[in-house]
Amino acid sequence: MRRIEDYEPIVGRFRIHELYKLGEKLNGKIIQNINSTAVGGGVAEILDRMVPLLRQLGINARWDVIKGGEEFFKITKRFHNALHGVKLDFHEKEFEYFLEVNRENAEMMDLVGDVIFIHDPQPIALVEKKKEIGRNWLWRCHIDFSTPIPQIWEFLKGYIEEYDAAIFSAPAFSRELKIPQVLISPSIDPLSDKNKELSTEEVRSVFESFKIDLSRPVVTQISRFDYLKDPLGVIDAYKMAKKYVDCQLVLAGGPATDDPEGEIVFNAIKERAASDPDIFILLLPPASDIEINALQRGSTIVLQKSLKEGFGLTVAEALWKERPVIASAVGGIPLQITHKYSGILTRTVEGTSFWIKQLIQEPDFARMLGKNGKERIKNNFLITRHLTDYMLTFLHLMEGGAEDIVYL
Amino acid sequence: MNPFVFYTKLNLTFLTNVRARNIVELLEGLKISPDSVIYHHTHRFLQQHVYISPEPPNDFAFWTQNTLHESILAERLEAINIIEFKTLAELKERLIKTIEDYLKEGPEIRNAPPGMEFHFMKSKSFVIKTGFNASNLLEFYETLKIVDIQTLYFHMFEARMRMGKGDNDFSIWLRNTLGEKEIADAISKLDPYTVTLEGLRKNILNIIEERIHEKD
Repeated sequence: MRRIEDYEPIVGRFRIHELYKLGEKLNGKIIQNINSTAVGGGVAEILDRMVPLLRQLGINARWDVIKGGEEFFKITKRFHNALHGVKLDFHEKEFEYFLEVNRENAEMMDLVGDVIFIHDPQPIALVEKKKEIGRNWLWRCHIDFSTPIPQIWEFLKGYIEEYDAAIFSAPAFSRELKIPQVLISPSIDPLSDKNKELSTEEVRSVFESFKIDLSRPVVTQISRFDYLKDPLGVIDAYKMAKKYVDCQLVLAGGPATDDPEGEIVFNAIKERAASDPDIFILLLPPASDIEINALQRGSTIVLQKSLKEGFGLTVAEALWKERPVIASAVGGIPLQITHKYSGILTRTVEGTSFWIKQLIQEPDFARMLGKNGKERIKNNFLITRHLTDYMLTFLHLMEGGAEDIVYL
Repeated sequence: MNPFVFYTKLNLTFLTNVRARNIVELLEGLKISPDSVIYHHTHRFLQQHVYISPEPPNDFAFWTQNTLHESILAERLEAINIIEFKTLAELKERLIKTIEDYLKEGPEIRNAPPGMEFHFMKSKSFVIKTGFNASNLLEFYETLKIVDIQTLYFHMFEARMRMGKGDNDFSIWLRNTLGEKEIADAISKLDPYTVTLEGLRKNILNIIEERIHEKD
């Protein structure tokens, strides 16, 4: 298990001191996290890391999971898609069943938290209990809410507004609500396999295993093979740049298993790459964190040319490794990159190609972007900042008050 | 003698439900914004880009330039000299007047692409003690060298602008408690908005160092 102190060499003693100070203020308080799954998925991954760290800081952090059968999760998956803008019609019965399962869980659970911290829509209606038991209720939205279909939004809004506050990952993901909305970005863990320091030898061995030449420039995009990540646009941008600068292209990621179009996309990428020996298409198995880490660290430029994106934490991962990043100005990416200061934001294939050429030919400027990018991630997108923001939100809820400045 | 107590601050950001797609809506949003919103958008970059020079401008100028491509207005908003203002209300008035004057020139109103709207946000500050204190000039100098950069930020920016003290905490203490009027004034006169926070620390330390040598 990781200890808070393990982060001190990375973020410095002052950040660790702040964490303990906030921990003192929240000492013994029960923060009851509730979500819908103990394993798999981003939320479970975050809670798995956060809960033990909060406990080390003296907070009585708990983690409970609601129970629901196949039918319930089928409905919540449809909710999820509709929140992303997929046009779906819902029957009244689906809402009724959703509420029934939430109510059953509410009766079975020990809702004892000083803060009851609900993650995502699946357990959202547990808040019906608030009238009976009081306490501070906090709802965390981990998904992109920017284009929900009205029927599902109206249904969920009624519950969200029963909470004392809601947390969103990016301003664009939020909606108009009557309750306070806190902005808390997601984060990366600098000590995880995907982000920890690797030796030059480790990086070289991964590149050698894929037969990529580290002595020549490498442009890399790490993402699943999905149209929304625009792998074909990446190949086109690379080909346009390649006419003038020597480089290799690496497209690496997992298959889009829940996407029926996954195979079609993969075949289209292979076709577009044709027989170019400098394009490497790497289909990585799920446990490839070290390989991804090495590919990012060894690359000259990292791309994230998505057409649509959630928060896009692969950008933070690459910036953390001091890589110059060229990424699309979509989803949460503009929050991570300030154009020409800590990376490059583009909107087109042509623009991406232009900046590939620039950064390969101007290594000093590219290095400056990487250096600033790392600093930006260090100050804003590491798990320690995420913990701090959560604790400040708990304090805000428990101590109340609308003042702009609070002395702790 | 009252020692100088070094504090630091942590910020929590709130969304306000107010968005702007163009300059007219930016102006409307500004008019209804409380001080905490003005503070957030004129000071956020300073804290996030501790080492970058030149520093990116305030959020209003940055969005006007990079999203709306209204270069003339962006330049005017960027050039607003924050150090001139003693309160956020005065700064807000200047921002409003700058946009109003520009609108009188009859510019074409462009909308931001969907998803690139300006989101008005506000900050709540939580202030905590760092455990560092100083009782004399030498101690103050030695401590200022090692405190977190956010501590310097709190006493130089937040104290003056947000807490309405009219001056930074360092100058107030040096002047009122140590009677060091000259260096207090010199620090008050620094423009902290056009230098990185580390550069600012160096400039303050230089002023105090000279005074310590004089005393020797």
